[in-house]
Amino acid sequence: MSVEVLEDGRKRIEAPLSDEDVRLLEIGDVVLVRGTVYAARDAAHKRMVEMLDRGEDLPFDIAGQIVYYVGPTPERPGNVTGSAGPTTASRMDRWTPRLLELGLKGIMGKGGRGPAIRDELKAHTAVYMAALGGGGALAALTVRSQEVIAFEDLATEAIRRMELDDFPVWVVNDSEGRDFYAETIKPWRKNDLLPEALRIPTDEWAGKNGGG
Amino acid sequence: MTVDMGEPREIDAAEITRVVRDLCIEINYKVPEEMVRLVRRARELEESPLGRQVLDLLIRNQELAAEGEYPYCQDTGYTVIFLELGQDVHVGGADLYDAVNEGVRQGYGDGYLRGSIVRDPLFDRRNTGDNTPAFIHTEIVPGDQIRIQVDAKGAGSENMGKHAMLKPADGLEGAKEFVLQAVAESGPNACPPGIIGVGIGGNFEMSAVIAKRALMRKVGQPSSDPQIAELEAELYEKCNALGLGPEALGGTQTVLAVHVETMPTHIASLPVAVNIECHAHRTGSRVI
Repeated sequence: MSVEVLEDGRKRIEAPLSDEDVRLLEIGDVVLVRGTVYAARDAAHKRMVEMLDRGEDLPFDIAGQIVYYVGPTPERPGNVTGSAGPTTASRMDRWTPRLLELGLKGIMGKGGRGPAIRDELKAHTAVYMAALGGGGALAALTVRSQEVIAFEDLATEAIRRMELDDFPVWVVNDSEGRDFYAETIKPWRKNDLLPEALRIPTDEWAGKNGGG
Repeated sequence: MTVDMGEPREIDAAEITRVVRDLCIEINYKVPEEMVRLVRRARELEESPLGRQVLDLLIRNQELAAEGEYPYCQDTGYTVIFLELGQDVHVGGADLYDAVNEGVRQGYGDGYLRGSIVRDPLFDRRNTGDNTPAFIHTEIVPGDQIRIQVDAKGAGSENMGKHAMLKPADGLEGAKEFVLQAVAESGPNACPPGIIGVGIGGNFEMSAVIAKRALMRKVGQPSSDPQIAELEAELYEKCNALGLGPEALGGTQTVLAVHVETMPTHIASLPVAVNIECHAHRTGSRVI
C-alpha cells in the first residue's frame, strides 16, 4: 500500500503507485508526496515522445511512477536544489496520453487538465495533482535529493530523479474523471456584481498555455 | 536666441551593468514591501478556508525567499527593463543595451537564477542560458539622471494576457467586461492573487505597452486621475467577485490590485490590453 491516510485527513503517497492506490485519491484531497518523482517539462516530454515514436525505451521505467512538471533554478553551492515549484500542466497535454499508456500513475503540475486528459486519466486509472503555483522556495525545502538522469543538454528542462519529503499537492483530476476547479469557485462567485454575459470557462483554463 | 548647451553628465556603462545585476538578484529573492502588505491583507480578507491556507503558504514563501537561498519562484521570468534616460546624460564605455544585457547575464549567473529565454521562438528553441536578451523599453526624459526599473515577469501570468481592438461603441462597459473576461479565463495558470495591468487607448502596440507600465506602478497605489481610480476600484471588486480565489481554488481574493493606464486614441478605435501579473511580482528600481 503506497497511500497512507493521516489523522488530519491528509494522504501521504509514495511511488510506485498501483491502480488500487490511485483510486484512494479523490479531488480536493491534500496529498503529501514522498519518495521518488521524475522531473520533466516541455522539452523533455517532446523528446520522450520522439523516442517512443522511434521504438526506443524511455530513459526511466515510467510504470507506476509520478512525473513532476518543473524546471528548477540552479542550486547554490551546498544546497540540494534551487527553487522548484510547478509549471503549467496543460502545456504537456499533447504528450501526456503516450506516457499514461505506459503506466504513468501520478502527475504533478500547476493549473488544470482539459476534458480530453481527464478522460485519459480515467481510462488509465491515473491522477493529476496541483502544487502551489509560484511557491518555488517552499517547494525546494521538500526536495531531499535530485540528479539529472537524461537530456543534460536541456539544462533546467533535463529529466531529473528527485527524492521528495512530504511535498504538498491538491488532487485536481482524479481517476473518476472529476475536476476540482469546476467545484471550488462556485460558492464564492457573486453573480450580482458581474455582467450577465460573463462566463467562467473552467474547462478552458486547461487549454491555456500558462507558464512557470 | 541662445540655448544653454551645457556639457552632458557622463555615466559609465559599467555602473549601469552593476545596477542591473544587483536589481536582478534582489528582486528575485525579495518581493516589494507592498506585496508583503497586500498578501497579508488578502489573508485577513479571504473568506475561504482553503484560500486562507494557500495565502499562509504564500506568506511563508515570501519570507523564505527573502532569506536569500531560494528564489521566490523557479520561473525567474523574462527580464523586462524600463530605462528613463535623462536627455542631458552621455553614456560612455560601452553600448547602453550591451551594458544592460551584461547586467542581466551577471545577475542571473551570480544570483543562481534560471535562464528561461530561447534564441528563436520557432526555429531554434535552445536556451540562451543567461536570460538574455532583456526586453528593454527606453524613454528619453528631461534631466541628467538614469532611472532603471527591472521586472522579472513570470510566463504563467504573461501567457494569460489578452488584447482587443474594441469598437468605440463598446465603451466603458465593453472595456470593463473585457478585463473581467480575461481574468475569468486566466484561472489557475496566472497564479492568483495577482495584479491586473490594463492599458486602454493608444493604438495596437501602445495599449499593450501601457498595460505593462501599469504593472510597474507601486502596487495598490490608485491612479492620480479620480475617474480612473474609481474604475480601478470597481474592477478590483468585480475581479474578486469572480470567486477564483488564491490559486483559483475558490475564494474572495483573486486580485490584489487593478492598475489602469489610458492614453489618447483614434476616433475609430478603443484598444484594450490586459497584462496579468502573478503573486510573484518582482520589480525594483534605482536612479543613477
